[in-house]
Amino acid sequence: MNGVLDFIAGLGRAVLDIVRMAGRVALFAAVALSHVVRPPFYWRTLWGTLVEIGYFSLPVVALTALFSGGVIALQSYTGFAQYHAQNAIAGIVILAVTRELGPVLAGLMVAGRVGAAMSAEIGTMRVTDQIDALTTLSTNPIKYLVTPRLVAGTLALPFLVLVADILGVLGGFTVCVMKLDFSASAYITATIASLKVMDVTVGLVKAAIFGFLIALMGCYHGYHSRGGAEGVGAATTAAVVAASILLLTFDYLLTDVFFSQ
Amino acid sequence: MTDTQTPKIRIRGLKKAFGPKVVLDGVDLDVMGGTSFVVIGGSGTGKSVLLRCILGLITPDAGSIEIDGVDVTTLSPRQREPYMARIGMLFQNGALFDSLSVWENVTFGLVAAARAGHGPRITRAQARERAGALLEQVGMDPAVGALSPSELSGGMQKRVGLARAIAARPEILFFDEPTTGLDPIMGAVIDGLIADCVRKLGSTAIAITHDMASAQRIGDRVGMLYEGRLIWQGLPSRLFDSGNPVVDQFTHGRREGPIKIDVRN
Repeated sequence: MNGVLDFIAGLGRAVLDIVRMAGRVALFAAVALSHVVRPPFYWRTLWGTLVEIGYFSLPVVALTALFSGGVIALQSYTGFAQYHAQNAIAGIVILAVTRELGPVLAGLMVAGRVGAAMSAEIGTMRVTDQIDALTTLSTNPIKYLVTPRLVAGTLALPFLVLVADILGVLGGFTVCVMKLDFSASAYITATIASLKVMDVTVGLVKAAIFGFLIALMGCYHGYHSRGGAEGVGAATTAAVVAASILLLTFDYLLTDVFFSQ
Repeated sequence: MTDTQTPKIRIRGLKKAFGPKVVLDGVDLDVMGGTSFVVIGGSGTGKSVLLRCILGLITPDAGSIEIDGVDVTTLSPRQREPYMARIGMLFQNGALFDSLSVWENVTFGLVAAARAGHGPRITRAQARERAGALLEQVGMDPAVGALSPSELSGGMQKRVGLARAIAARPEILFFDEPTTGLDPIMGAVIDGLIADCVRKLGSTAIAITHDMASAQRIGDRVGMLYEGRLIWQGLPSRLFDSGNPVVDQFTHGRREGPIKIDVRN
């Protein structure tokens, strides 16, 4: 009997911890967002973060999208060829890339690259008193460090996803034309016929939300890191894991909202 | 200066605990305008917590902290901003911003104050020029301004931190372990710079340290924090002859005495 009660108590504690954490994150995000419309604005920090996310993440996102598009084409071919449905491959590739692979893979890559870097940078600033120093220098640390990063994450990821969409389709095209001997013009015609503005738009909306979540997790965990190098390491891991889980959870929820009807 | 003057900083009954651990247990302290007060005490006795409470970085559990007669513990962060603009702080490890150059670090507070409307407008060219003058004031070549903080030695980082702390000509200066991690000569150099800056600016200063030589060089008065309270206050010249057994054990570094070191915690 005691074992059952202990289990229930442990479960209750875990649920309360999650709720408490969600409340803290929501409050943190609300405070940071409240500074979006209140001066002073830190344009240099915003621009620097935009370049860091949007420009320096391009190679990793581009390569991931290119190969993923190719893999989708190859895998679809091995299955569809049995039913002589190869003509559907172009449509499958563009549907998968614009709706799912573009936003999710770009999001996961950016979470690993930028979310971790944000958490490590802000976490190091926390444990070396730099955040306290900001306060003593008449600067609100959330306004200076967090708000520009949230805005930059929200703006930069849709741009990366647009690039990922194009390169994902290019990857599928390359595999189909160069390896599977498809007609290039027929593939392009089928791709254009399957391209829906709604799919691309929803992918970009997803990307904006993913970008916000990645930046939020990076900033939140970094800002609250404790205990020197070990604490910064733990915060960085937590930021990437939390961002990845949230990203996949929100991907499902948004897909349900936009495409379940 | 007489005892009837209002202290620049007046602390009464300041308490702070972290869980079951009581760090500050009713600290009372008066620091008169234009004087330097040094708080000494062992590691983990709450010196940094005291400083952080005054700065508003930690919220005390009880007590009052008055600056010019206004209890700043009752103010909202926004109401505190004008007070923060009058304060400069030198952190233990310098706390320079890695992502900015040395000159940007030095003038960060000036630019931030201008941006927030608390100070005069300043262009980047003016800020860079001002940073050069401030670096010279702490005995550094203005050319250092172009470097990154990671390219500087510990002593140089402390000097840059000092230049940043005095940039806005603050009325109040705080120094957190200014000589920790420095060799004795560099420690003496930093102490000399601190004493010079405080005298030239006419600022009120509070420094915390466990370096007795530093306490004597910087302080007009010294107090010892022990078991959450300031158990002794006096002139620096009385540090080694205070008549208080706790202070005497600490300043002479004796193993035997009323202070028991719990090496397990």
